[in-house]
Amino acid sequence: MKMVRGAWLAFCFFLLYAPILFLVVYSFNAGDAMQGFSGFSWVHYQELWQDTRLLQILLNTLILALTAALIATVIGTIGALAIYRTQRQLMKQTLLSLNNVLLVSPDVIIGAAFLILMTALGLKLGFLTVLLAHVAFSIPIVVLMVLPKLQEMNQDLVLAAADLGAKPTEVLTKVTLPVITPGIFAGFFMALTYSLDDFAVTFFVTGNGFSTLAVEVYSRARQGVSLEINALSTIMLGLAFVLVIGYYAYSQRRQGQKNTKLKEKVQ
Amino acid sequence: MNKTKKRFTEAYLGIYGLWLLAFVVAPLLLLLVQSLNLPGQGFSFDNYRDFFTSGPYLAMTVNSIWYAFLITLITLAISYPLALCLTQLKHRQLWLLLVILPTWINLLLKTYAFIGLLGKGGLLNQSLSAMGFGTSQLLFTNGAFLLVAAYIELPFMVLPIYNALLDIDPLLPAASRDLGASSFQTLKKVVWPLSMPGVKTGVQTVFIPSLSLFMITRLIGGNKVITLGTAIEEHFLVTQNWSFGSTIGVVLIIAMALTMALTTDRKKKKGGGRK
Amino acid sequence: MKKLMMTFLAILALIAALLLLEWGLTASRAQHSSQKGDTLTFYNWGDYIDPSILTDFEKTSGYKVDYQTFDSNEAMYTKIQQGGTNYDLAVPSDYMVAKMKKAGLLAKLDKSKLTGMDNLNKQFLNQSFDRGNHYSVPYFWGTLGILYNRQKVNGADLKSWSALWSERYKNRVLLVDSARDILGMTLLSQGKSVNDQNKADLAAAQGKLSSLMPNVKAIVGDELKLYMAQGEGDLAVTYSGEAKNAIEKNGDLAYTVPEDGSNLWLDNLVIPKSAKHKQAAYALINYLNRPDVAAKNAQYIGYATANRAAYEKLPKNVQNDRAFYPKQSVLDKLQVYQNFDQYWTQKYNDAFLEFKLGKS
Repeated sequence: MKMVRGAWLAFCFFLLYAPILFLVVYSFNAGDAMQGFSGFSWVHYQELWQDTRLLQILLNTLILALTAALIATVIGTIGALAIYRTQRQLMKQTLLSLNNVLLVSPDVIIGAAFLILMTALGLKLGFLTVLLAHVAFSIPIVVLMVLPKLQEMNQDLVLAAADLGAKPTEVLTKVTLPVITPGIFAGFFMALTYSLDDFAVTFFVTGNGFSTLAVEVYSRARQGVSLEINALSTIMLGLAFVLVIGYYAYSQRRQGQKNTKLKEKVQ
Repeated sequence: MNKTKKRFTEAYLGIYGLWLLAFVVAPLLLLLVQSLNLPGQGFSFDNYRDFFTSGPYLAMTVNSIWYAFLITLITLAISYPLALCLTQLKHRQLWLLLVILPTWINLLLKTYAFIGLLGKGGLLNQSLSAMGFGTSQLLFTNGAFLLVAAYIELPFMVLPIYNALLDIDPLLPAASRDLGASSFQTLKKVVWPLSMPGVKTGVQTVFIPSLSLFMITRLIGGNKVITLGTAIEEHFLVTQNWSFGSTIGVVLIIAMALTMALTTDRKKKKGGGRK
Repeated sequence: MKKLMMTFLAILALIAALLLLEWGLTASRAQHSSQKGDTLTFYNWGDYIDPSILTDFEKTSGYKVDYQTFDSNEAMYTKIQQGGTNYDLAVPSDYMVAKMKKAGLLAKLDKSKLTGMDNLNKQFLNQSFDRGNHYSVPYFWGTLGILYNRQKVNGADLKSWSALWSERYKNRVLLVDSARDILGMTLLSQGKSVNDQNKADLAAAQGKLSSLMPNVKAIVGDELKLYMAQGEGDLAVTYSGEAKNAIEKNGDLAYTVPEDGSNLWLDNLVIPKSAKHKQAAYALINYLNRPDVAAKNAQYIGYATANRAAYEKLPKNVQNDRAFYPKQSVLDKLQVYQNFDQYWTQKYNDAFLEFKLGKS
């Protein structure tokens, strides 16, 4: 059984990381293409280092993605609570369908519609409009991640808390939110993914000097995407690894401390 | 007490409703108006008539649904065991994050990497021929298209299933085993039904966007599969016939709402007496 | 709950740190080019100018350049038409210049402010999409042709577009995913014009095209160069620019323009009506018209320059590359796309869509 498990994990992670590894390796290619490795070189990293425009775009992208995902997670969680609390089936169904509209609509439609709306509102296109758009299209995925957690939640828990005199705010912060936390995290990470990868919507609603990495990469397709972008992705990936492992180690240690404290109390 | 709770619900609905109005209902209306408003001809249902009487578009609709179904199935087949394995690991949260990490790399770049991997002289073919199999045409095949599509959607399936599996009381499978059920029986009769909510979410988050998939149909599939997403993209970005593009969009959205309604109805019948 | 709050705060801190970094970067960039001049917003295809030209321009002119990118003519059109942001200089292709002009999106060029126009090749001036060049200045140009692998295909066989229909090429041809180009080359193979607006001709072309299907391996977009460089196809119908890019990656590839004529495409510099910094836009056009600058740019991008004086400055082997700077006799047979109205755009695309669906 353990063997099967290990094999499946190995297979899945190989699948997930094969293309990533491929483009990381080629970021060190002395040549100019993701084909025919002609020798190890840092040349694309040097190019990247001098390309302050691209670095600025990278920072823009990260700031945008984190902010959008954060806001979308908050609103999306609220949305999931709203749908969950709605009593009438028809209303619930309508809300869910509306929620999924942005998931089923192709990016170009969303982008074009948002562009028309935002210019009609007289908004100046730029960071703010892109942020609004990203928050908007990330909310549905957060709702979809949080909602099942709410539905699985043991109702007796909430009722018991209320019976014991907990105020609604306390029920929310002490009972509901802790239970749905995994869903909220999942929603945040998926929102982040959506935001980082979006090209079409961003393209339409951006302007006045604001640009993101996805827009830059896609618009380079006609001329050919240079390995500089590979180098950039490698660095991003490396940072993400450090961040993820660092965060994990930190939270593990905190967990450990908590446990020992608990033990001390018991003793 | 109940009053404050009600006020909370209203506040939630208010915030969420505001978003719905501004970013869903308004664009939806815009889309609807655009699909009915033909340039130079005014209000008409012609677009819808054209869509439902046109062979190519109906063929694309069937294609879209069929391939979305296949993608969902493949993704589920890979993700469920993966999620199951992940929940049993010691540092499972870390591993889960590592599943999500690849999604943060630009999609176009990853697709280019796949082109390199699956190509004639690519890594996969080289290892195939090293193992004694001949090289084979991998790109522009349905298999390659489905593989890359499943690759993209994988985390969206793994995450909800993983979360659902974690929620299962570990005592239940243990009890099942104690009562003499085999691992497979436990999985089938205990774990799988209990993880259903997660599977459902996963299916939704994969199937719905897959309906309108477009880029990789061209990049990896070489336009051998043409879906409604491709057609919409073309109408918005090539022919600039936004009116017809909107029509297809509206049809897609209605189809999605119908699927949603149908799937929940069934659920209600099944679990009718529970709540 | 505590975990949730902690993470929330950690992300906020991360955002703050990134903002600080960005602020630092902006400050250092500003210091680097400490001008107080206007910022020119240049709307161009991704990576379609030598970045060092922009830095040099910033140094000599005092203007700052904000380089923004798009990936298709139509997408760029939508952005400029819809407003909400201003672009001072854009780079549409031929038919799109006509379309933008018709939609009243372009500012008429003040010829007295333009310099270096004499450097440009007369061949590419006064085209049908903009007679007298009142709105556009040519930037780069190219053709539609056949990219092929010399190891597998004899270039001498490719004298005509009809050669593609040969049974020898079964399942070996890649096509660029563009209705106008593929139907255009089919029309050319039938002795018709790429701008044909006759239903019978189009139907005949569609008929002929459908018989090409057995030879077609895939219909792809910008990634065509990648596929050809990897040897996925032996022949491809594509643009000279793409071909150039693929040949750089794979020396076995070569490019030819069939003798029955082809499409001539031109990318042009235009100033949108909504431009806010027209002076700066003129300054950049004039700078790009300089022979030394245009030559440097052509070397970087690899496309054929529309600047005659710059062409003279290019290395001899580039100048004599007949695939990318064809003979006059070939040039004479090239046709520029006219802008189709909605009806004909749709007609061509429907025909192409039916062709693509016939494949499965």
